[in-house]
Amino acid sequence: MVKVTYVAHDGTRTELDGDPGDSVMSLAIAQGIDGIVGECGGSMMCATCHCYVDEDWAETAGPRMDGEEDMLESAACEVTERSRLSCQIKLTEALDGLVVHLPEEQV
Amino acid sequence: MTTSPTTSTMALIEGHKPITPASGIPVWDIDPYDVELLRDPSAYYAKLRELGEVVYIPRYSVLAVGRYEITRKVFSDHENFLSSRGVGLNDFKLEDPWRPPSIILEVDQPEHTRTRKVMSRALSPKVVKGFADLFRETADTLVDQLLAKGTIEAVTDLAEAFPTTVFPKAVGMKDVNPRHLVDYGAMVFNAVGPDNALRREAMSHAGEIVPWINAACTRDRLTEDGLGAMVYASAEDGTLTEAEAGMLVRSFLSAGVDTTVTGIGNALWCLSQNPEQWQALKRDPSLIRPAFEEVLRYTSPVHTFGRTAGGATEIAGFPVEEGTKVLCVLGAANMDPDKWGDPEVFRIDRKPVGHVAFGAGIHGCVGQNIARGELEAVLGALIEKVDRIEPAGEAVWRPGNAIRALDRLPITLIPN
Repeated sequence: MVKVTYVAHDGTRTELDGDPGDSVMSLAIAQGIDGIVGECGGSMMCATCHCYVDEDWAETAGPRMDGEEDMLESAACEVTERSRLSCQIKLTEALDGLVVHLPEEQV
Repeated sequence: MTTSPTTSTMALIEGHKPITPASGIPVWDIDPYDVELLRDPSAYYAKLRELGEVVYIPRYSVLAVGRYEITRKVFSDHENFLSSRGVGLNDFKLEDPWRPPSIILEVDQPEHTRTRKVMSRALSPKVVKGFADLFRETADTLVDQLLAKGTIEAVTDLAEAFPTTVFPKAVGMKDVNPRHLVDYGAMVFNAVGPDNALRREAMSHAGEIVPWINAACTRDRLTEDGLGAMVYASAEDGTLTEAEAGMLVRSFLSAGVDTTVTGIGNALWCLSQNPEQWQALKRDPSLIRPAFEEVLRYTSPVHTFGRTAGGATEIAGFPVEEGTKVLCVLGAANMDPDKWGDPEVFRIDRKPVGHVAFGAGIHGCVGQNIARGELEAVLGALIEKVDRIEPAGEAVWRPGNAIRALDRLPITLIPN
């Protein structure tokens, strides 16, 4: 079990239990988190699962994947150094406790 | 004429190596490309899922998958299940395909990454947003014209008319021939099936269409400000050769017209058959994009694409030999009750994230944003101007080896 906390733009925190191999996007979709759309289903073809990795977790979550940077240019909200596409963050035991912050809008 | 040692010693089935399926794999003697089955594939989808994780189809000596999880897994497993040997029944390693292979669709990593990046940049959500006004103005004008007619044949009058108007403009094509664009798509997609009447009929137009398509993709036949020019810009910075840029522009025309024509037609069919969902969409326009995702899940415009086992591998624990063609029946996966609960119900608020109508993984449809942009414009214009969409005759499906589209859709548009 890997715990992930999603912090909505208004500050609401939702804690979910995922399995290793889930993505931060797929877990959010499966549990109905509103702030993530995931329109393309994880093919890295849209930017509607944009999230900001909490600074405490930036290193553990790792760098952006090949091509992720390009797609982030299409994100609806500001892209910062902590911006990631949540479909590209795959849960591992090391990410147990991960905190991600969600942008105000995704489209 | 000389034949290579490979082909002279082995009888191929539909251009690929026949296989001996592993014991335990259910055998189903069916023709998945039978025209009657293709007109209404729902019973085929259900039986395919029911038979098992993977099924052997002796007629073409192929494996087929249709349950959601395994279909998604195989289809996106680009390491074991290759695209470079063709996404249809022909194995490009054993026989030359009908046209030079696509350098994005029919290629594996690492070569794929380079061309994919060029195309995903050219077709990013940001670029597509730039076409929003063109798409919406075109849709508004078209819907106004159709409302004046009242009863329309929606496949020709709307589903074909819209993409063949906006897409050449988006690409920046100087040469416009809507018929050639639609028929080229039909060739490309029917070519992935067996050598049946559908494929032969589509291919019979090749002599006329292929030279026209190739000429229309050259740099001097494209404007400076379209998607085509963006691809050719990658030839200037050295990412691509000029010839490769032309090949990628060809990919726009292969995959960008017939598919969106089908998406629009299928959307109109869904909404005309489900008036309460149409009314729900009118009440809440924020459901336009999720409604299109549901159309895609519910109708799977691309119903089947294949992969080829690059080496000895496995599916659901069954050994799979090198060279095995695997039909990934996307239409069956999108209707799997184990995944969707009530797949037979068309619900615009389902938000079916993870449907495989655009494929999945590194080969997931690179044009999906433009498809969404086109549908958003068409549905946006319709809900604003049209009160009701009523069937005005029988909807007729057109069998296709890869595409499930309407052939005729008579409807009446009743204005607000």
